[in-house]
Amino acid sequence: MERKIRVLIAKPGLDGHDRGAKVIARALRDAGMEVIYTGLRQTPEQIVSAAIQEDVDVIGLSILSGAHNHLFPRVVELLKQSGAENVLVFGGGVIPEEDIPFLKSKGIAEVFGPGTPTSKTIEFIRANLKRPLN
Amino acid sequence: MTDLEKLEQDFNTWTTKVEKANEKYPERKKQFVTGSNAPVKRVYTPLDQKDFDYEKKLGLPGEFPYTRGVQPTMYRGRLWTMRQYAGFGTAEESNARYKYLLEQGQTGLSVAFDLPTQIGYDSDHPLSEGEVGKVGVAIDSLADMETLFGGIPLDKVSTSMTINAPAAVLLAMYIAVAEKQGVSADKLNGTIQNDILKEYIARGTYIFPPAPSMRLITDIFEYCAKNVPNWNTISISGYHIREAGSTAVQEVAFTLADGIAYVEAAIKAGLDVDEFGPRLSFFFNAHNDLFEEVAKFRAARRVWAHIMRDRFGAKNPKSWMLRFHTQTGGSTLTAQQPDNNIIRVTLQALAAVLGGTQSLHTNSRDEALALPTEEAVRIALRTQQIIAYESGVAETVDPLAGSYYVESLTDRIETEVLQYIKRIDDLGGAVKAIEQGYIQQEIQDSAYAWQMDVEKNERIIVGLNKFQVKENPPKGLLRVDPAVGERQKQKLAALRSSRDQGAVNATLAALRNAARSADNLMFPILEAVKAYATLGEICGVLREEFGEYKPNVMF
Repeated sequence: MERKIRVLIAKPGLDGHDRGAKVIARALRDAGMEVIYTGLRQTPEQIVSAAIQEDVDVIGLSILSGAHNHLFPRVVELLKQSGAENVLVFGGGVIPEEDIPFLKSKGIAEVFGPGTPTSKTIEFIRANLKRPLN
Repeated sequence: MTDLEKLEQDFNTWTTKVEKANEKYPERKKQFVTGSNAPVKRVYTPLDQKDFDYEKKLGLPGEFPYTRGVQPTMYRGRLWTMRQYAGFGTAEESNARYKYLLEQGQTGLSVAFDLPTQIGYDSDHPLSEGEVGKVGVAIDSLADMETLFGGIPLDKVSTSMTINAPAAVLLAMYIAVAEKQGVSADKLNGTIQNDILKEYIARGTYIFPPAPSMRLITDIFEYCAKNVPNWNTISISGYHIREAGSTAVQEVAFTLADGIAYVEAAIKAGLDVDEFGPRLSFFFNAHNDLFEEVAKFRAARRVWAHIMRDRFGAKNPKSWMLRFHTQTGGSTLTAQQPDNNIIRVTLQALAAVLGGTQSLHTNSRDEALALPTEEAVRIALRTQQIIAYESGVAETVDPLAGSYYVESLTDRIETEVLQYIKRIDDLGGAVKAIEQGYIQQEIQDSAYAWQMDVEKNERIIVGLNKFQVKENPPKGLLRVDPAVGERQKQKLAALRSSRDQGAVNATLAALRNAARSADNLMFPILEAVKAYATLGEICGVLREEFGEYKPNVMF
């Protein structure tokens, strides 16, 4: 039997806007995934350590402060250093489109902007997992 | 037969006729609802206002219960303050933006601080990495604040500062800058947000646990009552509660519940309700459902007037008045076809004006994408000016009063707000309700329901789930210079090496002692600020003494 997809939704940086993070966390849970939400103000180190401890398949990073170019690549880098490069990392928030190629080049699989339906994110996760579910 | 009985008879006949026609030509939807999911009837008549008592429910403008507005002449006397929230990068850049806005006819300043400043970290703190100057201006010490207001006479402008956990420190800096300009504190006009409860609920820039946070707030109330009498010591905010996804009713209910908690804390700290009551101010959102939003503002005024007079026994009419700032709804803006946001902002600004706001920030069309450009901010300001000078809505007070629909909405919102306040009272008040996660859960449920309605196309957002077009990525967005973090760190290093370190140490030690006593913290904070102790150093001492808030994370 297939196990459930495990997801960590994380808020790197200092911004307190977590409406989107909470909505996506709940939508993923309603779609049958196991979801952990970190709460606010997480450093990349804290996020990666939580991801490894919780043995997640996916990390979703949400940020609205503009510090994404600094913080997102750091998460991927730390995952690699911990030998956890098979964790799928995606991002969301207020992120200018012109920053997306840079973020993708740093290993962020996808960036979802304002107005993205949760169904699109769910489909994306299912189609792009890097670890088997059985 | 009375007139109402006759109307009721006619109404029933008419309804039967309409329902019959409906079988052939049905209405667009089975159920019509407001932006906050409250049912909307086909038509409103005097039958919806059977118990209407003008004097009791509305009163005259400037008179209890202030449903029609807090001033007798409202915008005939003076237009609302047009106040655009702004700030980014360094103090130099933000100072230039403020001067630009004042030249463009803006009538008050509104300072946005970056996140490290809002959370009490200096720009060289490890957690500040990547955040310095991003969502607002970086302020590390009095030196930055002197630059921020350089060339702006503080006795001539009113300044609103969106600062909460470290509000006492930024207010102290403002007082110190004014002093250097030769302006005494009693000449200062402005507002600090200083509303920690909604930070726990929705906005997230908390530092300390509730008890010491409430002490800082009541210390400010007390200090300002004696020393800065024209300052609005708090802006009790529903804005962020709404942005987090609440309904209009929840926005008002949770804000007023927070307000009750502050009043109770201040009374417990030994202050007289009429000493600080007149300086309480509020901050609300304005969303797209025009009539519901107008009714929301009117209901909020009426409910607060009764709370202050009947629950807290305030005698001064100024304590009864709910004065508020409005910002249009950031979460209603779309990244898709961003020019459409100008129209949304127009509707929302109109609601705020028809609802009797004291000041207004209109969002810029590009804010779902980035911080606004100068051009986008100008259009947003012009939107207010067109409403003020061309639309005619400012020429009479509360023009929607007496509308069967608007009065019915106002009554409904009032009733539902009172139900929520009762529930929160039963839980032990707003602080307890927050600690238990009740308020957060209510908001999250509304936010999730909204998202699902949009995804099922039960709510249409133009350009998002209907009337989409293929678009190119937007051009010309504002970018904060990434070098700002480095520049700010250099300035800070220079300050640390040039100031009188002995004075810094002494004032910080005095602050620590005060934190351990029951003394008013504003005095030692002001001394530390004047000695050029940094924001991070001052908040660092308080962090050590008070500890940090640990939220109850859930979704």
